[in-house]
Amino acid sequence: MGRYLARRVLQFIPVFFGATLLIFVMVWVIPGDPIRALGGDRRLSESVVQAMRAQFNLDDPLFIQYFKYIGGVFRGDFGTDFSGRPVLDLMQQRLPVTIRLALLAFVFEVIIGIIAGIVAGIRKGGFLDNLVLTSTLVVIAIPIFVLGFVAQIVFGVQLGWFPVSGIRQGWTSYLLPAIVLGSLSLAYIARLTRASLAENLRADYVRTATAKGLSRRRVVGVHTLRNSMIPVVTFLAIDLGGLMGGAIITETIFNIPGLGRAVFEGVQGQEGTVVVGIVTFLVIVYMVANLLVDVLYAVLDPRIRYE
Amino acid sequence: MSDPGIRSDEIAVEPDVDGEAVVPDGELEPTSERAGSLWADAWRQLRRKPLFLISAGLIVLMVVIAIWPGLFTSVDPRDCRLENSLLRPSAEHWFGTDLQGCDYYALTIHGARVSISIGILVTIFATLIAIVFGSIAGYYGGVIDSIIARITDIWFAIPVILGGIVILNLFRQRGVLQVSFVLILLGWPTMLRLVRSSVLSAKEMDYVDAARALGIKNARIIRRHILPNSLAPVIVYATITVGVIISAEAALSFLGVGLQLPSISWGLMISEAQNRIRSAPHLLLFPGLFLSVTVFSFILMGDALRDALDPRLR
Repeated sequence: MGRYLARRVLQFIPVFFGATLLIFVMVWVIPGDPIRALGGDRRLSESVVQAMRAQFNLDDPLFIQYFKYIGGVFRGDFGTDFSGRPVLDLMQQRLPVTIRLALLAFVFEVIIGIIAGIVAGIRKGGFLDNLVLTSTLVVIAIPIFVLGFVAQIVFGVQLGWFPVSGIRQGWTSYLLPAIVLGSLSLAYIARLTRASLAENLRADYVRTATAKGLSRRRVVGVHTLRNSMIPVVTFLAIDLGGLMGGAIITETIFNIPGLGRAVFEGVQGQEGTVVVGIVTFLVIVYMVANLLVDVLYAVLDPRIRYE
Repeated sequence: MSDPGIRSDEIAVEPDVDGEAVVPDGELEPTSERAGSLWADAWRQLRRKPLFLISAGLIVLMVVIAIWPGLFTSVDPRDCRLENSLLRPSAEHWFGTDLQGCDYYALTIHGARVSISIGILVTIFATLIAIVFGSIAGYYGGVIDSIIARITDIWFAIPVILGGIVILNLFRQRGVLQVSFVLILLGWPTMLRLVRSSVLSAKEMDYVDAARALGIKNARIIRRHILPNSLAPVIVYATITVGVIISAEAALSFLGVGLQLPSISWGLMISEAQNRIRSAPHLLLFPGLFLSVTVFSFILMGDALRDALDPRLR
């Protein structure tokens, strides 16, 4: 286990620096003047350009620039927007909203997804199985922003069951956005649980358990489910990172003032540094989630450690 | 090596696909002596599948719309009359009109071209990159494999939408080419991992040893023996990718970093519609419907292909 962990963490280091370097290079070293590109259509005065060149160390050689930048990221310095406000401030203000939304989406997708998967997997080929397969396929195929708007029109505007947008009404205003945000992962979780359960139900140890005379409930509920949950749990861990990114579209639709909405506002207001700062942060969250998944997988499934 | 991206993704083909080369036995009973190739079996099976026929029909329809929009509408989508602003659907304007008074049916029809061409263009190039480098990595192994695998790991760490926002946000002019370029740049890693693992298992086959023993050159072994036998999961995944990319393009356009006006694209139309979902929901409905149906067809087609090409999953 120790060896596996060490190897996995060692592999993470080059990926971390590689991915951040890639983003860095794409933003700062592309042809043309990056400062003016980040400013969008804004006419930047010469003094602002000079100040920003100094702030982002653009007169240094590339690698020095990168290390100064990544050092800043470690200290929580993601640069400032064009009015001089640190991006970190904005992130601290917006992050709790996104975390609340992502957690709610997470709870929703886990509960419904796993139940749907179990119901489908126990009777493969039955009516419920086909229902789950078809409905998840539809959810996977409809782009999340179409789904979001349709949900907003139907459940928010026409039926009036949920607040239409914003977060004025406390936690109820998070419900509909969370359902939309979690729906895609819900479909994956249901399918993953179903496939894994159906496969494990054919395993020898299940036949043994049944032959011993255990009740069906105990065979499925304890013996099979525990093993079937391994791939699902690892998906869940990686998904938590994915939800943070997926929130960009959901928050934009429902006007939820989280990190994702801040990215959208950054794009609209041509605040390039805000966009780059938050996206860098989200990519780091995603990478760390990936690392945790691999570790978790090794904890849950001993076979992985001995490859 | 563990591979969370592919492993956890149930719709993608399992990375450890082996036995693609062997004639599937068991459930598929060859009806004649020569019926044996995976593709022939798959085709025979697909022809009878209603889901495959429906999705294939829809895809053909969308491609025809994309190539010859004039067959479906003779109205110029840019011939707009402000006095017709925001009309509801009627006999004259089937899908109503938008804020500028343009005919929405014509706009929706003309929007197909951009979506379909970006989806197919990106998938072709990303698949080509994946096939070339994935088969090199899988076949030769060793140092080349390590280098390619590490570079893939790094690119894989950047999610498509997040990376797309950062890069595209810096482009002043964003047309089909720019958006496609960025999506290719971010889209190849998953595919490459798939090709690599597929080639790795095909490499172990006896006929590859036989070819090598006969003194056939490596490049020819890859081209003639390994690739044809490891392409099945790649084709399945590529089909699904077309749908995923179309959806990604629309999402980026919706967020304001994809295509720009005056391009006609479903993502842009939905983006324009979002402020009027109460007063003019038809502006959202029609492009959303076309977009969903297109993405749905490609994903459904991928599903059907996987069922046909990978008999073990049945």
